[in-house]
Amino acid sequence: MGEWWTTETSMENYEISSISHVTMSPSRRNNLVSMYSFPFSKSSYSELSAFCIEDNIPQCISYINQELASLGLSSTCIEAISPGGTGLSTVPALNAMYELLQIHRRNMCNLEELEREHLRKSSTLEHVQMSNTRLKDQLELSIREKSGLHETERQLQLKIKTLQSCLKTEKDEVQKLQSVIASRASQYSHDAKRKEREAVKLKERLSQLLVDRKDKKLAIDVLNCLGRADGKRRHWKTTKATSSHENEMYKSLLSDYEASQRSLMLENAELKKVLQQMKKEMMHILSPRQPSIRGATADESQEQADLDGEKGGDTSRESLDQYCEHAREQLTNSIRQQWRKLRNHVERLDSQASQAQNQLESKEVIPRETHEDEMERMRCEVQQCKEFIHAQQQLLQQQLNTSFDDETAALLNDCYTLEEKERLKEEWKLFEEQKRNFERERKNFTEAAIRLGREKKAFEEDRASWLKNQFLNMTPFRHRRRCSSSDGQSALSIRSEPEIRMSSVNGQLAKSSTYTTFSTPRPSRSAPVPSTTELYRTLRLIPDSSSSRHSNRGRWPECSNIEDGETRVRPTNGLRPGDMSIFSLGEDENSLT
Amino acid sequence: MLWLSYIMQQKYYSVPKDENEGGLVLFCCSHQATCVQYRLVVRDVSTLQILQLYTCLDQVSHMEWSSDSLFILCAMYNRGLVQVWSLEQPDWHCKIDEGSIGLVSSRWSPDGRHILNTTEFHLRVTVWSLCTKAVSYIKHPKACQKAVDFSRDGRYLALAERRDCKDYVCVFVCDDWHLLRHFETETQDLAGLEWSPNGCVLAVWDSCLEYKVLLYSLDGRLLSTYSAYEWSLGVKSVSWSPSSQFLAIGSYDEKVRILNHITWKKIAQFEHPAILDSTKATVYKEVEKRPAVGSDEMSLHSITIGTTLFNTQSKYEISPLPVQIPVVKPDPDRANPKIGISALAFSSDSRYLATKNDNMATAVWVWDMQKMSLQAVLEQTSAVRCFQWDPLRPRLALCTGNAKLYLWSPGGCVSVQVPAEGGFQVQSLNWHCSGDSVILLGKEQLCLCYMDTDQEDK
Repeated sequence: MGEWWTTETSMENYEISSISHVTMSPSRRNNLVSMYSFPFSKSSYSELSAFCIEDNIPQCISYINQELASLGLSSTCIEAISPGGTGLSTVPALNAMYELLQIHRRNMCNLEELEREHLRKSSTLEHVQMSNTRLKDQLELSIREKSGLHETERQLQLKIKTLQSCLKTEKDEVQKLQSVIASRASQYSHDAKRKEREAVKLKERLSQLLVDRKDKKLAIDVLNCLGRADGKRRHWKTTKATSSHENEMYKSLLSDYEASQRSLMLENAELKKVLQQMKKEMMHILSPRQPSIRGATADESQEQADLDGEKGGDTSRESLDQYCEHAREQLTNSIRQQWRKLRNHVERLDSQASQAQNQLESKEVIPRETHEDEMERMRCEVQQCKEFIHAQQQLLQQQLNTSFDDETAALLNDCYTLEEKERLKEEWKLFEEQKRNFERERKNFTEAAIRLGREKKAFEEDRASWLKNQFLNMTPFRHRRRCSSSDGQSALSIRSEPEIRMSSVNGQLAKSSTYTTFSTPRPSRSAPVPSTTELYRTLRLIPDSSSSRHSNRGRWPECSNIEDGETRVRPTNGLRPGDMSIFSLGEDENSLT
Repeated sequence: MLWLSYIMQQKYYSVPKDENEGGLVLFCCSHQATCVQYRLVVRDVSTLQILQLYTCLDQVSHMEWSSDSLFILCAMYNRGLVQVWSLEQPDWHCKIDEGSIGLVSSRWSPDGRHILNTTEFHLRVTVWSLCTKAVSYIKHPKACQKAVDFSRDGRYLALAERRDCKDYVCVFVCDDWHLLRHFETETQDLAGLEWSPNGCVLAVWDSCLEYKVLLYSLDGRLLSTYSAYEWSLGVKSVSWSPSSQFLAIGSYDEKVRILNHITWKKIAQFEHPAILDSTKATVYKEVEKRPAVGSDEMSLHSITIGTTLFNTQSKYEISPLPVQIPVVKPDPDRANPKIGISALAFSSDSRYLATKNDNMATAVWVWDMQKMSLQAVLEQTSAVRCFQWDPLRPRLALCTGNAKLYLWSPGGCVSVQVPAEGGFQVQSLNWHCSGDSVILLGKEQLCLCYMDTDQEDK
């Protein structure tokens, strides 16, 4: 079985290797992958058959060598130590292994890289796909929109069409109506004319009838005839009369025309006068300004000169104009020319004015600029000065540094240092003095501390003795002399018998001379017979009892004793009361804890 | 104000009630004629003393002074009769009988010696001469707004003629009724004609169906044609300025167009907007204030002078711009719509033009012809009935059918209460030719109003 497998595998491997040989350069990775995948698959395929057994070592070796060769590791050739033997020459084998491992690692690296790349690619792919879908959606949306727009457009077009058709029909209607109106109008006018003709005919007939009837009524009845308003006789109707009428008519017309012409002449004369005046004024206006204009620019003055020349001609022409009606064209021309010139002049003046304004503006600007320039200059100067000073300083420094080596400079320097030393010495002295003071104080402190410690010791001893006494006195009940000092002890004592406490308080009252002031409330409370409530209260211990002692800030007489001790201490070591108090308090705290 | 210094002397007398028609009142320069039914009374203008009393044959429909104020013409249209009375010779009389052909209009010729009668159906115009008893006929006169017009100097008569469905104008010499010119006009339907004050130009306008104004010279030449627009209703009124310089044409589009006398082109156009803003014109608004009557005053006082109770006081206030002038929309279905410029009048010095727009019946517009701009607007509380310029001064009198006379001058505007009894309502007014008195015509009364000229001269 094993043989068959090996051959099989070898065969396959051959094929693969041959392929790999062929395709080595372009796609090495693939090959390698396939080659790697092979052993794994094989190993997973059967556990029974191993690659190498005792019998096929040389084959294996040769196979491996071949493989190695195919991998391009021909330099390292695994050899058996002894032909047919099981051992391998270690160096090449290890080398081969090392090489293989290297290859493996490289491949792994490649693989990793590839995987990463793959991941990246996939992510980009995903992204691209997403964007693709989005774009697709957009596309769909836009397509839908487009279709919608198309629809609306279609509808609008339909509407337009209908409207157009409506318009057309309306137009037709209008045309029709117009034609109707026209026909009606023509019909109406025709009928009107017919009717009018009929009416005229009727009127004719009527008048004829009336005339035929010889209406007697139709008459004028005047008492006596009147004379004409103008007193003249009536003229006969003759051709002469008609011609005279004509003449009169024409005469009146003529007179009217003459009148109108006269008025026009008058108007014309007025206008002419105005024109002349204008001309004169123009000249007047133009002439005094010539020098100033001449002063302005050369070409302008030249133009002005031209103008002057023409004006001279004009003035000569003026007299002509006044007399000659035919020179109207000339007049208008001259006026036009003058007007043009005046206009030009005014325009020039305008431009000059604007220029002047500009100049003024620029003048206004120039000081600002100069100001700024000045400022800039000043700044530059300041900068220069600063630089100058800096350079000087540097030079000085350099000089100092360079002169440090010089002995003269050293002497100078020494002078400085001496002075400094003097000053330092003085300061040192001061410092020393202060130091001494401090030392003295410190000594005092220590002494006070020692004294305090001694006193404390004494106090402790005192307390111990007192406690001992107390303890000794406690064992026999109903002893009234002593009372517990510490909390724990008091608790103990209380637990044993509440009565004691009260009595002890009483006892303490009697004993402590310093707190005589507190004696007054005490008897009032202690006087009645202690009840069970009292007992419970005492069982609940200190707070209640402390509360019962109002004004002593919840302190037991022992504490007060300590305080008392303190007060006693204070005057003894009273060099510096503030500091001392701090120290004493600290000690006090220590002692309490 | 200048106007407040005027002292109004008002003399009034009542005219007996007439069932059919109000009395006729007529002014000439020195006389005033009133006629009720068939009784003609001639009074002196200054004293109102009765000078003559005539009795006509029938109820007088129309009367007219001759130009020399020597004769008075009384026409009785329903009898076809005309009677002429002389002031100088009270026993002189003249009676013209038109017979069965009928009479619709009678008027003096300018010379005061001829009477022009228009027969019924406008068959003809008969010219009667009082000098020679001669009669002449003018055939085919046109029945229209203003078919006959004498030139101001009284030399020529222009008459519209309709013949073969065409419009003609005949120009007669009034001296001997000689037909001077006869020409066809380029009108569809001639509506009126009017001589220029200098008598040399004849303005002819078409009916309102077509906006067309034609200007003819005395010898029949067409001087110019003017048409502002087409299709819509056109000319409503035409008026020459006394100087013959301007021809004002009021039309249905609520505008007045001014033509000049040299080129006959439009030189200005006056619009009548309903909302006046940004104008230099003064807007005078008539404000009525009812007299506050206390309860105790009511008892006796009001009964004694009960007339004043009806007559509310009013005054003019200059209203600030913009001003909204009340507009009445005309009914489009009815003929002759109440819209457009129906009345135009130049002041005697041709300086001002007063106009009235029919759909703004409460407003009178006064235009300055020198500045060619609006000078003043008089907004009344009720519709303006009539307005007329003082024949000598630039002074406009108007009435609105209540008991007040309103006067405008460039200096200001004043409203004057007519102290007449009863519900005196000024229907129309007439200036005396001297310009120092106005006759105010009510339905049953008339009132003469004298201006104190001395005060004015100061």
